[in-house]
Amino acid sequence: MISVQDVYKQFEGHEVLTGISTEMRDGQCNMIIGQSGSGKTVLMKSIIGLHTIDRGDIQYDGRSLPRMGQKELRMLRREVGMLFQGAALFDSESVLSNVMYPLEMFSSMTRIEMENRAKFCLSRVNIQEVAYNLMPAEISGGMQKRVAIARAIAMNPKYLFCDEPNSGLDPVTSLVIDRLIHEITAEFNICTVINSHDMNSILEIGDHIVFLKQGKMAWEGSKDTVYTNGNEALDEFVFASDLFKKVKAAHND
Amino acid sequence: MQFFRVVGEYFILLGRVFRAPDKQRMFWRQFAKELDKLGTQSVPIDLIISVFIGAIMTMQIKLDMANPLLPRYTVGVVTRDTMLLEFSSTILCLILAGKVGSNIASEIGTMRITEQIDVMEIMGVNSANYLILPKITAFMLMMPILVIFSVGSALIGGYCMALFTDILTVDEYVYGITYAFMTYHVPYAIVKSVIYAFVITSVSAYYGYNAHGGALEVGKASTNAVVKSSVVILFLDIFLTKLMLS
Repeated sequence: MISVQDVYKQFEGHEVLTGISTEMRDGQCNMIIGQSGSGKTVLMKSIIGLHTIDRGDIQYDGRSLPRMGQKELRMLRREVGMLFQGAALFDSESVLSNVMYPLEMFSSMTRIEMENRAKFCLSRVNIQEVAYNLMPAEISGGMQKRVAIARAIAMNPKYLFCDEPNSGLDPVTSLVIDRLIHEITAEFNICTVINSHDMNSILEIGDHIVFLKQGKMAWEGSKDTVYTNGNEALDEFVFASDLFKKVKAAHND
Repeated sequence: MQFFRVVGEYFILLGRVFRAPDKQRMFWRQFAKELDKLGTQSVPIDLIISVFIGAIMTMQIKLDMANPLLPRYTVGVVTRDTMLLEFSSTILCLILAGKVGSNIASEIGTMRITEQIDVMEIMGVNSANYLILPKITAFMLMMPILVIFSVGSALIGGYCMALFTDILTVDEYVYGITYAFMTYHVPYAIVKSVIYAFVITSVSAYYGYNAHGGALEVGKASTNAVVKSSVVILFLDIFLTKLMLS
């Protein structure tokens, strides 16, 4: 579980996060949503430790991130998997080598064990064996995202961070990625944090949703309560299009 | 101020580079790859340029020697010393700063802007150490070999000029290149080239590692890497020549 407690962060006098407090539980897809500039990327980077917070605390299962030394931080990062917006696969390495990379760096497995683990992760994200030796440039964007998920889960992470996992993908592939993240989260009991403004994702996999507006937490709930949230700002954000207005109306009927 | 900021960042980066690798096996794997990419793949351009420069230098020195009292074997002496003291150890490094430096800066810069370096950092990998240390060590190891190849092929170029033209005889040329040879010039050339190899790889890696934005910035980083490492090499050339030959 990741506990965010009264977090403040400012850049050059401009307050970007103001008193954010929430708990992100294991086995759930915890979504941080909000308009561009609402502070969701800063919140995610603060949780990962890429930004230092000004006030407050972030705890990983009781371990305070701001109080960690370099060694503890490096150890923590080995428990973290991250899916970047652009997949960020190493383009000089094959698909299989990409997934084996964290194992080669941090595990004491034999080569065969590492290959087996990498192949298991790739099969878990439905990558066929014929693609194992292809280079990232030779596979589609959706496949790259799936390989990146396989790499992120290779070390059995306790915490998985996904930065806009659906950006640049078609609706069908987006759905595949969403469901895959949701399944993996439940299957391996991972604490998954997703930064997104994809409405389909929010309504599909948002077990726990944190809505940010101008750096403040404006609403917190789940995909089930989002339809009856009673929050004007959230309604304007999630149900902005006619399509989603109809979805909400149909759901409430 | 900008100058001091860049110098400060450069040394901070070097502080991160020169640490014990996270995993020795991965370091040696990267090291082997870099030996090939930066070293072996530079051999053809090294040989081609050196053969032609050696041949042309032999021809030009002979044409410029107007004084009939100067023995013809002087052509061999001047060719050997020029190649060993300056061309193969310095000018070749400037040429390789273009090839190797831009390669390193664009590779690391692209990894930076496509978040591949961020992936490593989030995993807990010391990305500066993992990416840069094998390049620096591999190129520093390969550079003396490239210099020796360069001197050898330049002398062969000059030999061919003596063999296939009538500007001087082969015997005169061979006598010239062995005449009054100072063995100290070999370690001098090698030491210079090793230092330049460090400059090329570390300066280029710094610009690539600190690239931000898009493809345009990677291009700028690549240009900066070549220009700045060339300037540093030229300054160091004066300093090292004064230090080692005076």
